[in-house]
Order: sequence, then structure tokens, then C-alpha cells
Amino acid sequence: MDDSVHSRTRAQAAPGTQTLNFTLNGEPRTLEVAPNAVLLDVLREQIGLGGTKKGCDHGQCGACTVHVDGQSMNSCLRLAVMCEGQHVTTVEGLARDGELHPIQQNFLECDAYQCGYCTPGQMMSATALLNDERVGTDDASVKEAMSGNICRCGAYKNIVEAIQKSRQQLSYDATQKEGTA
Amino acid sequence: MRTFAFSRADSVERAATSADATAFVAGGTTLLDLIKLDVLKPANVVDINALPLKRVERLDDGRLKIGALVTNTDLAHHPEVKAHYPVLSEALLAGASTQLRNMATTAGNVMQRTRCPYYRDPAAKCNRREPGTGCDAMNGINRMNAVLGGSDACIAVHPSDMCVGIAAIGATLTLQGPGGEREVDFADFHRLPGDTPHIEHDLQEGELITAITLDAPLKGAGSHYLKLRDRASYEFALASCAAEITLDGETIREARLALGGVATKPWRCTEAEAALVGQPAEKASFERAAEIALKDAVPREHNAYKIPLARQAIVRALRNAAQDKTSQSETQESQA
Repeated sequence: MDDSVHSRTRAQAAPGTQTLNFTLNGEPRTLEVAPNAVLLDVLREQIGLGGTKKGCDHGQCGACTVHVDGQSMNSCLRLAVMCEGQHVTTVEGLARDGELHPIQQNFLECDAYQCGYCTPGQMMSATALLNDERVGTDDASVKEAMSGNICRCGAYKNIVEAIQKSRQQLSYDATQKEGTA
Repeated sequence: MRTFAFSRADSVERAATSADATAFVAGGTTLLDLIKLDVLKPANVVDINALPLKRVERLDDGRLKIGALVTNTDLAHHPEVKAHYPVLSEALLAGASTQLRNMATTAGNVMQRTRCPYYRDPAAKCNRREPGTGCDAMNGINRMNAVLGGSDACIAVHPSDMCVGIAAIGATLTLQGPGGEREVDFADFHRLPGDTPHIEHDLQEGELITAITLDAPLKGAGSHYLKLRDRASYEFALASCAAEITLDGETIREARLALGGVATKPWRCTEAEAALVGQPAEKASFERAAEIALKDAVPREHNAYKIPLARQAIVRALRNAAQDKTSQSETQESQA
């Protein structure tokens, strides 16, 4: 089989791994990763955190959204080795001491999902925008800031509602900022 | 994804002496996407994120120097850009998604590749991806392809919004290469496809973009970035227009105009700009400029709609820029 075809159909083992030191959901981590492994695959397959979803794998759907140093990013388009020294937060890092993050509670209460596949990515973008004072607080600004997260079930209306409800409930003091960053 | 050797650059000078077949990675939003598709096949990937290229600084001559690694999000919200180059801020925020803007950098945006579906598909013929193989877009589904700046070899659109804003403003790129530093006018950086669509820009082997310096802002200008697309957000432009305009009363003193979504490179409309000078700031003048800007447009089977669409984008962007100007002078007068 032609090499180029082969590489498109099956992940190859990379020649040699590199050591990655980063903080994942508040815990320091050290692991060996292949240089061509994206953060999404390392999270799901190497570390075993399956909350972050693989949708398009090309930065178009937002299902893989995580926070890197507090900013929302597509983990499918970021090499894991590029996260050296950084703080990564996944959906598994939202709840604290067994208590759901307000955005999680409000997604439940507002019925802001149907199949649930895009939900982790939606919640990661939602928590990032609630912490970003550069984003407007009206519904139109929220929709624009959330447009990188596709929901094929079409739960958008309830997602916006869950975000706005969370905004009302949360007073973003410094402690909470630390908690979700 | 195919394999490659990965390393981190610790200085601009050393990065610029990287081996052949090296791709620099900053945000990774284009590079990793295209490596996954097997469109780009670098043997070496060098992470440049540790380089000190993240500053935005106002120069003594009034220009604004933007480090190559400033993210699209940070640039869009930078106080200097919001205050003096609002058209660039608007263009940046019209592009991509929150996540992608958080990752993507200024130089990376300049270097982003076309979204032509035939370029992105290694099974298709594409002169840009593989020189001499032909162009499946020419007689294919070319609804998204270019009407300006194309050739018989390639009609791929340059997809950037940011670059359209920068084209209207005017800028200089600073490049670091094995032989030292050089500067290139932004208008000359991206190449027209001609017979060699695979040569997309003026960057030579080993060279790295280190900064983009915007021309001094057009004093007292009103501006607008208008983007027309298939959906309201997170979609590439069918046609977009960056417009800046200054007025003497009701008469246009200076105009800057650039188009996106319709051309093979960020498309400055200098002839249309010249035709606006000294004219009344009204619809008829804007329509005449729009006619001039699109007079050399070449439609294909599915994209002829882009010609009237781009004309309308120009007229609306100019009208909004002129109104923006009016409101600015009113504000200034009321403050005086």
C-alpha cells in the first residue's frame, strides 16, 4: 500500500516520544507523547479522559473544546507537545468536590442538550465566555461567541438560556476565576 | 496524522536556519488541519511559540508594529487596534470561531491556505497543491472560487478576513531569514497564481515572519468591514469589503478599499480608491467605484453571483464608513 494512503487511514506510531509536563484539571502531569499526537487524542486515549469529544477532528465543530491557560481552544488542532508548562482544563475539571459547576447544573435544568455529544465542548466554551469580559453579555454576543460549537440536534436556544442563567447566578470573584481557568 | 520530527525554537535567528522541509507551528490551526488531510507533508515541525514575538507597539512614526505571535483574539481587542484600526478589529472578529481566534496568530493568519475543496482533497487535481496536475475547480463546483486575480491554472480564494483589513490599511512585513532581516510590502507578499499557483507568497526557504507593521492610521477616517456569507457566523466570506474613508464636508478626500472572498489574494482596489477622491460621498460615487473594482472579474459556472455581491458589499461598506465618519466628526464637534 502507498505510504501516503496508509498514513491517512491509520494512525502511525511516531519515531520517538517526547516528555510533556503540564497541568491537567489542576493536577501536574508528566507523560511521554508522540510528537504528532494532538491534545484531543492524548486526553482520550492516553490519559483516559473521554469527556472531550472527537467530532470533525478539523476545528470545525467545537466538540473537542478545552481550556488552555483559561482560553477555549480546539484540542484537535493542538499538538500535545505544544502544551508544555500549560494549564489544561477539560469538562472533567468543571465540577468541584462532587458539586456540578453552575453551567453543568443549568445545562441540566434548561434541557440544553439532546444527544449530548457536543455538550462538553459547549460547556467549555460557555465557561470561557462567562469569564471573558471582552465578550458582550446580550444574547447576540453569546451566540456569536458560541458559534464555534455546532449542535446538530439544534439545542441552541436552550444553550443560550443555560449560559445566561449561569451568568445571573455567578458572581465571578477571583476564587471562581481560578476554579474554572 | 503522518509523522514528523518536532523541536522548539529558542531564538528567531536559529529558527531561520532550520533545515529544508520545515514548517513553523504557532497556532497550528491551518498546519495541523492540512497535515491531517495529507495536503502538507513537512518532515520537520518547529514550534515557535517561545519566541519573543508577542508585542504590539506604537512606533515613533505613528505606525503599529504587531509581533508575529500575537493571537487574533488579542489583536482584535488590543486598545491601539480598537481605537485606530477598527476595520482590522472588525475583520478579525468576523473570522473563524472564538476557539480558532484564541489559537491563531497574526503571521499564521497571513500564511493560511485556501479553503478550495480541491486543494484540500489529495485525490483531486490541484496545481496549487501539486504543480502541473490541473485544476478540478475550473469546471467543478466553483461556487466559492475567485472571480478576481485567477488564472487558467488556479482560481482559489485567499480565505482571510484579517488580511483584507490589513490590505486596506497598508502594512509592511518583517522577515527573518538565514541571510538576515528584510522587509516586504504587504501588497507584494501574496502572489497571484499565474502559471505557478504553488508559489503562494514571497517567503523563502527558512524565512520566518517576525512582525507586521501597519501604516499610520488614516486620520479622521470612518471605516467598516462588511462580510457576506452563507450563515451569520463562523463561515468564510462569499464577498467581504474593508473600507476606510475621509471626508471634507460631503466630499471624499481619501478612500481605502479591499475585498475578500472573491480574489486569489487579499485584494486592494487602488483604481476604485482613486476614482472616489474628490467625489461626493453618495451612492452614485460608491456604485461607480464598485463597477471599477469588479471590471476585470472573470466568472465561472457557479460563482458569477459573486460579482454583483462584491459590488453591493463595496457600496454598503463605503456608505457605512461615510456614516461612521459623519458620526465621528459630530462627536468631535460636540466635544469641542
